[in-house]
Amino acid sequence: MTGGDAAMRSYGAQQPVPTFEDPAFTKLDKPLSQARVAIVTSAALHRPDQDRFAPADSGFRALDRADRNIVMGHWSPNFDHSGFQLDINVVYPIDRLEELAAQGVIGDVSPRHFAFAGNQPETVSELRLDTGPACAKEMLADAVDVVVLTPV
Amino acid sequence: MSALAHVFEAEGLSTIVLASMKEVAERMMPPRTLYCEFPLGRPLGRPDDVELQLDVLNRALALLDSDEPVFETHPLVIESEETPLACSIPPRFDAALPPAVDEAQGLRAAYDRSVDARGVTSVGRAIDADTVVEALDVLHQWAEGSSWKETPLPGKITIAVCHDIRAYYTEAALELAAGPAPGARAVESWFYTETEAGKAMMAARTQLKEQGAPFPFWFYMAPAHR
Repeated sequence: MTGGDAAMRSYGAQQPVPTFEDPAFTKLDKPLSQARVAIVTSAALHRPDQDRFAPADSGFRALDRADRNIVMGHWSPNFDHSGFQLDINVVYPIDRLEELAAQGVIGDVSPRHFAFAGNQPETVSELRLDTGPACAKEMLADAVDVVVLTPV
Repeated sequence: MSALAHVFEAEGLSTIVLASMKEVAERMMPPRTLYCEFPLGRPLGRPDDVELQLDVLNRALALLDSDEPVFETHPLVIESEETPLACSIPPRFDAALPPAVDEAQGLRAAYDRSVDARGVTSVGRAIDADTVVEALDVLHQWAEGSSWKETPLPGKITIAVCHDIRAYYTEAALELAAGPAPGARAVESWFYTETEAGKAMMAARTQLKEQGAPFPFWFYMAPAHR
């Protein structure tokens, strides 16, 4: 591994990370074939009509299940943006989720999915105390069971 | 991502992280992790590769069977492509214009075709497509030694304007380039090594640094390793 990805992975490996004492573990209490699945990404995705992500934005944007005209508002120049331009599923696998639901692998696709911006302050305190729990409540209101988290 | 996983689990949701940074995920230990050594920015592997994307999701969802925290690694490794995209650049049209300005004007038709085909554009963070040439003209002046304080950039925020310029070029290039989807960073490599805009951006960045502009003002104009 060489080039920009190697440089970023090496940089990331040296960065301090927030600690979580006694992390929770929620076992899925039903078969996957009956579970509703949502995607949450840190790629700062949004529809053109939604507010753009500010630098260090700790908020989130909701994407409807049918949305496909989406842009990536992430502020980092340090990863590939062209893959998403070609196929949003390489970051936000919404069509794949629909296929898994059609195949009966998962029960259902959530009516809404959510995007945060990955470039957060080190402590991620707003994410932990405020916007993260708020996003979880939105998903629980949508009867979501499983969340697939995708980074960029 | 790993922090959000912990937050969501505490609220009663079952999560799976598709991790792209191994050491970060290992230290944060979210409940279920599938580490994928794929290019950064492509967590599902490859654009338009339905089979691989489904495989990644199926392996991720299979982690829900575990009764305890689990960390697995996808067997496939995909490297980024550092070779520049093969994409022809418009020939010089108006020699009176700075090269980057002339070039950006030459790419406009391809950019417009891309917007028509995709229905959406990433240009618009700080400037619209009509302002790309004006912004490049200022980057050209900075590169030639003009003061960044006395020659203002349309859109003001360098990092946002540079994103817009790169998005304009990326969308045009993907429209022009034939063949299968390029590897990650092939477009980035093309932009910085082969286009006049990329060269002007890097030269302007160097000048801003030398003129003592604030670090965030110039540093994020390009990927850190460049």
